[in-house]
Amino acid sequence: MPDATGTAVTSTPRALRYLVLQGVTWMAAALVAGAFAWMLADIIWQGAGRLDWSFVTTSPKSAGRSGGIAPILVSTLLILTVAIAVAAPLGLATAVLLSEFTRHGGHAGRWIGLSLDVLAGVPSIVFGIFGNAFFSVWLGLGFSILAGGLTLACMALPILIRIAESGLRAVPNDWRLGAAALGMSRATVLCQVLIPAATPALVAGLMLGIGRAMAETAALVFTSGYVDRMPSSLFDSGRAISVHIYDLTMNVAGGDRSAYASALVLIALLIIINGAAIGLADRALTRRITPI
Amino acid sequence: MSPSARDARLIWLLSASAVIASGLLLLILLFLAKEAWPVLSHIGAAKFLLDDGWHPTEGTFGLVPMLAASLAMSALAIVLAAPLGVASALFCRFYAPPLIGRIYRWAIILLAGIPSVVLGLWGLTVIVPLIIWLSPPGTSLLAGSLILTLMMVPTVALTTEAALAAVPQSYWSGAAALGLSREGTILGIALPATRASIFAGILLATARALGETMAVLMVSGNVVQVPKSLFDPVRTLTANIALEMAYATGDHRASLFVSGLVLTLLVLALAAAARHTGGQVVHA
Repeated sequence: MPDATGTAVTSTPRALRYLVLQGVTWMAAALVAGAFAWMLADIIWQGAGRLDWSFVTTSPKSAGRSGGIAPILVSTLLILTVAIAVAAPLGLATAVLLSEFTRHGGHAGRWIGLSLDVLAGVPSIVFGIFGNAFFSVWLGLGFSILAGGLTLACMALPILIRIAESGLRAVPNDWRLGAAALGMSRATVLCQVLIPAATPALVAGLMLGIGRAMAETAALVFTSGYVDRMPSSLFDSGRAISVHIYDLTMNVAGGDRSAYASALVLIALLIIINGAAIGLADRALTRRITPI
Repeated sequence: MSPSARDARLIWLLSASAVIASGLLLLILLFLAKEAWPVLSHIGAAKFLLDDGWHPTEGTFGLVPMLAASLAMSALAIVLAAPLGVASALFCRFYAPPLIGRIYRWAIILLAGIPSVVLGLWGLTVIVPLIIWLSPPGTSLLAGSLILTLMMVPTVALTTEAALAAVPQSYWSGAAALGLSREGTILGIALPATRASIFAGILLATARALGETMAVLMVSGNVVQVPKSLFDPVRTLTANIALEMAYATGDHRASLFVSGLVLTLLVLALAAAARHTGGQVVHA
């Protein structure tokens, strides 16, 4: 290699280069893993001390310093339910259109795909102020679980569509041709062949979307609000668990312990959801494949 | 209903969904513009850059200190996260024993999924006290950058690893046939071949960092000023929106939507650049 980098690379003794590169990568990995382990240990250590059964079954007292997070868990669940109920059908339909009814690389598909990719890049706080202006003020939903859920649905839509689309595209073309040869209508093919075959990907996409939505704070502060009472309808304001952690950390002196316990609950829920996604996807996959 | 009529109805339904899904972006941009318009039309865009200081209730709308804070914090974070992320990917692929490599990769994925508010909580209770010990007040540009670094490392590491995995086998065989050492192959062939993808990953991580709100808000002190040192408390564009949206009205509220618009355009420009560089296929 005649160029400058080439000579520099070949002139260093091999053993030394091996040691340096190995040392650097091990150090970088140790640094990242160390910081992460430190954080996890802190969350588990400080969270577990405060966490017990009554923490998840009682209401918060004195702004969350004591008491539990039951209403917050209910609000979180309701917000996620609204988000999924809106985003899942809309996302699935768009994914089907993209994978089955548009030419690959055609105009319509490209523009829809581009707008979704751009949407995926919009910062969450921008979703938050949009949700506030559109759902809370313009549509008159106010600070409510409905407004928060709809805002999260907008955020989760791109990832749902992209994963569902790639799952549908991964269904072998033979199946479509076989179904067409049998004279099945496209609607029947879709319901009887494509969607069942793509179930693992659809479920995985859904779970990933739920995970993203659950970790979200900035989009919810100005849409679903801060109220930490048990919600009695979807038009009530409800505090999501991530908003609760934020509020305890920033606005409540002495709320750190409860914040850590809530963080531990949140991370445990995220791990369960992602684990369930993987497990469900595996089961659906084996169920489809074994009879053949 | 005949099968073809059912198909026609299905396609109509799917198209309607796709129009809604792809129209969402337009709706968001239109709404941001609509909310920002009052202040843009009677005050003008220039004031947001030229005004000295951010006192929206008294009529000065200078976004420059917040813009500077956002850019400085993300820049510092990327300077730290890029080498750490690339080295992490190399570690996983080439240097770690199989078991440790797998565990480390799993940890990186887990780290990528940690909610930003949890990182902020940990940063405020652990990193900030450490920085106080170096130089008060602790909540600072540096604290924000360190937390952002933790958020960006997984993005860089995972994109780099995917890019390394996509290097064609023939490159490795060719390098081996030429008698290159493994280090020579990594430094001279694998990394240059994946340069575009790694760069795209870094741009993507930067876009995320610029848009990050909660973690940054919690650890960086939120004083509106152009940062002069690493230990200065600063307020980013995102934190400013999150802090003031709750009580802002009139021109003040509209000016927050202006900063939201600026932020979105900044992030989208970076994402577009990432798409552009990542689109170039370096190896055939």
